[in-house]
Amino acid sequence: MFCTGGGCTAKLGAGVLERVLSRLPKGPADPNLLIGYDSKDDAAVYQVSEDIAIVQTLDFFPPMVEDPYTFGKIAATNALSDIYAMGGEVKTALNIVCFPETMDLNILGEIMRGGSEKVIEAGGTLAGGHSIADSGVKYGLSVTGIVNPKKIYPNNQGQPGDKLILTKKLGVGIICTASRVDQAPPESMEEAVASMTTLNKYAAQVCSHYEIHACTDVTGFGFLGHLHEMMDGRLSCEIYADQIPVISGAIACADEFLLTAAGQRNRNHVGEFVQFEDIPFAMEEVLFDPQTSGGLLIAVRPDQAEDMLEELRGLELPARIVGEIMEDKNHAEITVRRRL
Amino acid sequence: MNIKVNARGDACPIPVVKTKNAIKSMTEPGTVETLVDNEIAVQNLTKMAKQKGYGVSSEKLGEQKYCVTMDISAVDQTHTDGTVQMTTDSKTSESGEESCTPDMRKKSSVVVISSDQMGEGSTELGKLLLKGFIYALSEQDELPGTILFYNGGAKVTCEDSPSLEDLKSLQAQGVEILTCGTCLDYYGLKEKLKVGEVTNMYVIVEKMTQAGLIIKP
Repeated sequence: MFCTGGGCTAKLGAGVLERVLSRLPKGPADPNLLIGYDSKDDAAVYQVSEDIAIVQTLDFFPPMVEDPYTFGKIAATNALSDIYAMGGEVKTALNIVCFPETMDLNILGEIMRGGSEKVIEAGGTLAGGHSIADSGVKYGLSVTGIVNPKKIYPNNQGQPGDKLILTKKLGVGIICTASRVDQAPPESMEEAVASMTTLNKYAAQVCSHYEIHACTDVTGFGFLGHLHEMMDGRLSCEIYADQIPVISGAIACADEFLLTAAGQRNRNHVGEFVQFEDIPFAMEEVLFDPQTSGGLLIAVRPDQAEDMLEELRGLELPARIVGEIMEDKNHAEITVRRRL
Repeated sequence: MNIKVNARGDACPIPVVKTKNAIKSMTEPGTVETLVDNEIAVQNLTKMAKQKGYGVSSEKLGEQKYCVTMDISAVDQTHTDGTVQMTTDSKTSESGEESCTPDMRKKSSVVVISSDQMGEGSTELGKLLLKGFIYALSEQDELPGTILFYNGGAKVTCEDSPSLEDLKSLQAQGVEILTCGTCLDYYGLKEKLKVGEVTNMYVIVEKMTQAGLIIKP
């Protein structure tokens, strides 16, 4: 079987990772490194001139769908996303490939065709890559982009009052998992694939017209995991469950307990920061669900949120205003209410 | 009836799917025991059992070997009235905590009784002191999550112990009473255990390493 239950559900848990990262030796600080792994951003940003910084990112994972071409598109869309979450433009990309020597090379061709199509759509150039023989298939990209250092979107500089906008539906982890045991409705899987292969480029272009205080892409740590990082230990927020866009069928699959290990790890990692107010179990699971190639989560100036939402929806993105950053910290960091 | 499901080596959600299929195949009330190889799978199975209203307990049997037991007899499968039987975690019903959040981080205190006496000196006094300690413990506002009994302490949970009533009272208030099985064997007390469950060294180590506070009289 080609698909092994991959995508961002294959990510190591945040808790485990933090322990390892916190013990790495640190060299002297380079003042031109604007964002490194001291911050919780996924990409590194290095300033090379007054107006230009390079954004570097890398993402790869095992297949989460059976079709190699589709897998290539998803993996590339996911890897390119980190550049957009920073407010950058894609310039070059390198393939990262693990592939069994005994497997049909046409499969690899299909994966890389899907990937290169997405790099072209992103406006970048596929400039090379590296392949190794391995027991299982893995594919992704290392992407380099550029960004104006004054226009970087940090992932944690939201301000009280900001509206939170989510640009894609949640639930792709649950749907892919259910599909692996043949229990996902086919139309749900199609919807998930369409979502996972939609570049965040278009949402990011809309962002550039508004005052964005924080932006991140929702991936393996799930909506609540990435929201927790955005709160940065000093902010709090309210989320309205009825406004969360969800892939059709994901709630039903969650009610059948077709859940990922990564989703449970996310719950273990950030559950203590979240207060659920009368939220059904399945919706909780959707909010913890690891997303492969998820949407952007954006903190925008409140008076611009409606206009921005309209522009996003004009591009047929299923974006919604899902919550608001709050002033006080007298309650849980993240409060999930049933409705607005 | 009792069904055994082997889901070791299976990634989520396969253990849940296999367990659900086993439950569906049941023709009469009984238990389903699912073997898995990682704790996250235990948590996902426990989450399902609680949502479904099944009684559930789990045990670590060894390295990468866990058993989750669901009791399908206690609950009408078509209707759950919210009275979930919980035999493993969330013993102390702390409200405000989401019931399906696994209690991995809930650091309750663990009391360790390693002898049938308290302190060193007179044996007679030591036994009286320990009896007094367990009585006083049962009267506290904040009870420990677990009391572990090993070596000479194993005698305290067995027939003829002066503390049985107090321990039963603690157990009734949700305190987990665990006695070392090797120790019961060693002292020939296996048939004489009167309160709580038998445990093994994995669980003893796990309870102690995950405790917020260890109390050893």
